[in-house]
Amino acid sequence: MTSTDWLVIAAGATAVAWVCRYFFLAPRAAVSVATSGSSGIPEVTITVKGGYDPAQIRVKAGLPVRLIFDRQETSSCSEEVVFPDFGVKRFLPAFEKTTIEVTPPRVGKYGFTCGMSMLHGSLVAE
Amino acid sequence: MTATQERAAGKRTQITAEHIRIPVSGMTCAACQAHVQKALEKQPGVVDASVNLMMQNASVTFDPAVVTPDNLIQAIRSTGYGAELASPDQSAFDEQEARDRAQTEEFNDLRLKAIVSGVVAVLAMIFSMPLMASNAHAITGPVTDPFMLWVMLHLTPALETITPWAYRIDPRVLSYTLLLVTAAVMAWAGRHFYVRAWASFRHHSADMNTLIAVGTGAAFVYSVIATVAPGFFISHGVSPDVYYEAVVFIIALILMGNAFEARAKSRTSAALRSLVNLQPTSARVVRETEEVDVPVESVQRGDVIVVRPGERVPVDGEIVSGESAVDESMLTGESLPVSKKAGDRVIGGTINRTGTFRYSATTLGSDSVLAQIVRLMRDAQGSRAPIQKLADTVSGIFVPVVLSLAVITFVVWFVSVDVAGGSAPMVRAFAAAVAVLIIACPCAMGLAVPTAVMVATGKGAELGVLIKGGEALQRAGDITTIVLDKTGTVTAGKPTVTDFVPAPSVGRAADDVLRILASLESSSEHPLADSIVRYAKDRGLALSVATSFKTIAGRGAMGVIDGVAVMAGNKALLGEHAIDTTPLESSADELAMRGRTPMYVALDGVLSALVAVADPIKETSREAIARMHSMGLEVVMLTGDNEHTARAIANETGIDRVVAGVLPDGKVTEVKRLQGENRIVAMVGDGINDAPALAQADVGMAMGTGTDVAVEAADVVLMRGDLRTVAQAVELSRRTMNTMKQNLFWAFAYNVIGIPIAAGVLYPAFGILLSPILASAAMAFSSVSVVSNSLRLRGVRIA
Repeated sequence: MTSTDWLVIAAGATAVAWVCRYFFLAPRAAVSVATSGSSGIPEVTITVKGGYDPAQIRVKAGLPVRLIFDRQETSSCSEEVVFPDFGVKRFLPAFEKTTIEVTPPRVGKYGFTCGMSMLHGSLVAE
Repeated sequence: MTATQERAAGKRTQITAEHIRIPVSGMTCAACQAHVQKALEKQPGVVDASVNLMMQNASVTFDPAVVTPDNLIQAIRSTGYGAELASPDQSAFDEQEARDRAQTEEFNDLRLKAIVSGVVAVLAMIFSMPLMASNAHAITGPVTDPFMLWVMLHLTPALETITPWAYRIDPRVLSYTLLLVTAAVMAWAGRHFYVRAWASFRHHSADMNTLIAVGTGAAFVYSVIATVAPGFFISHGVSPDVYYEAVVFIIALILMGNAFEARAKSRTSAALRSLVNLQPTSARVVRETEEVDVPVESVQRGDVIVVRPGERVPVDGEIVSGESAVDESMLTGESLPVSKKAGDRVIGGTINRTGTFRYSATTLGSDSVLAQIVRLMRDAQGSRAPIQKLADTVSGIFVPVVLSLAVITFVVWFVSVDVAGGSAPMVRAFAAAVAVLIIACPCAMGLAVPTAVMVATGKGAELGVLIKGGEALQRAGDITTIVLDKTGTVTAGKPTVTDFVPAPSVGRAADDVLRILASLESSSEHPLADSIVRYAKDRGLALSVATSFKTIAGRGAMGVIDGVAVMAGNKALLGEHAIDTTPLESSADELAMRGRTPMYVALDGVLSALVAVADPIKETSREAIARMHSMGLEVVMLTGDNEHTARAIANETGIDRVVAGVLPDGKVTEVKRLQGENRIVAMVGDGINDAPALAQADVGMAMGTGTDVAVEAADVVLMRGDLRTVAQAVELSRRTMNTMKQNLFWAFAYNVIGIPIAAGVLYPAFGILLSPILASAAMAFSSVSVVSNSLRLRGVRIA
């Protein structure tokens, strides 16, 4: 094997390591705390564009929370948001805000995903 | 400008406003109007409110994130006026519309882009030929790609004769032109792949777009270098090949696949869409003496509505006058029109066939049957089947894994070709890595189960079977035992007189005995009494009023009618009064054996007749049970009745096992016992008395009457009281499970087989290698095939 081969192997190994680290080990996107909205119910706006931003929201267990999904793209990948624990699946019209109200019954993590389970976010009830 | 309008102007930039019209009742003057308007304006989130006294409604613009229509209704009601939303759960209807609009736009957009880039791809291919020919002179490397080989062997000679002029163009001009054209296609038709890939990347996530963007992006960058600095490649002994036509072809094929997918996906919700479309927009309401056409939103409870033949019933209600046959097939699956008369319920969305009738509106808005069905369907289509878990797990890590595999493919190819002393290791390694990126398709996995759930729940609704979600669907497919509640499920749940046997040598006409008996029973509240009264009335007998009346619990009743002492009841009751029942005893025993409940009648202390009452078996029950047997299901009947009656019904319908004398709470125990015997149990009941047993069963099926949709405890709601729909529900679930399994198998197998082939595992043994173009074609059609397979469920014939 030539030095070029070794170089390619080393570069490849680095690339794989980087891919795994970037996609699997990197800290997940911002954590946000739902704040009280004008109606008194805590609310948070989640921007939907290739993912959920913030993707983790801290909420109070047993209290309703209003999630305003602001979908800033037309990609069909993110056209639906699913909360399997609450049995909620909603269509998110592009460039519009869609409000979903859920009440996490007890302390725990409640995930939400896109319709095809590629994008992930979660509510952390405490 | 009013305060509201000012507020509105200030806010309009940052909020999405929604508009709603709410019918308000009880307003009589301008002061009322102002009162309601003020109350609405005070609500946080209300941008604009205007109340119209003449139209009796309020028109409100509001921020849905802050205030809901329900809040607005409450605000109006707090002022003392009536308000109610008539349009059934507008959100479900609007959402469906928004989704349809988005899907149509998406499809049109994708189609245009796919067609244009497809044409460009073919042209790019044609003009790449001379380029390849000229490069081939620079460096001669072996052609390993079967597609390219085919192109060179068959297409190039043909092109050379058809378009010889193309071969005379300067190769540099050709490659720069292709560069520009490709860049244009990427920037226009393929733009969303790159934008979305970048957006996902920023979130540390990756999806299908990432793969396409990286694959085509790498091919493009490689080609640009080969175009701008071909000397760099030649000096390393590599042909400066360009992949422009491949980039355009990949984009065109994937867009085409996406367009087909968008079209197919919109078909999966066809059933829900047709339900939404059932909602009529206007109603002909009787106001004062006139008939006025009003929008369905302004119909109020208690309004009298006129429906003519051929028209749709606008909202739910109860017939006041007139008779007709109503086609309810769209909601209950019942194919024959149902005859309706005064006092009967009609459902909004059904079609009036024969007569004109007037009815009074009862349930409106989100409580209406149609809205409940739409909501239930929507929730069901949004639910996940447990079988999807594996697919979800794989989808989550799929793309990064494929990216890694592409890198490994590149390294392995490069090193092995180089070590073996082969030519152009870079080119081959590069083509294989791009093919891996392009062939991988996470979409098929994501679509496998949800599309099947969508189509199956829609198909179910057409049959009058509402399945509440993916989990119920999956469990219903595994059922081994069906437990039927007798009353109202196997039988009609409405006892009727089956036999009336006058005693031999009674000095009265049979009708006279019946008339006196029915007059006595008309004072009773026993369910059997009602059947006797109906029987007599159907014979046109005029009943009298009892002058004295007494019920003897568990035995019967006695009283005096027109001076005659009447007694009706069992043998024990008559025995206590020393009345001889022997002349009719053999008849009574025989009737009891046939599952009927016999009752003796004595007039003035003399045995006069025997009347038998039974809850008739539904016409369809026998056939339904036979069908369940043919599907390999065991059928058990639970009933509170005595063993005799239960046995008789079981024999007549072919039921395998009977558990008689079960108290209401005993049903749960019985279901548990069957589950303990490793059976997967479906319980079929009316949903009211049987709620605990329905909840206990693996699948609870509530047999509705066409109006009770929201049965909480049930997993499946059967819209009409036909036992055959139970078999249909199981059959549909079984077929859906098959479809899901096929889809998942295909989606996994496609990637598990396709990725290694693209990586070149077959090359050492068979010399097979996929070009990125072939890979993109395979990828584009793998997800389409999954959706199409789910759509096949629509056409399945379920008897």
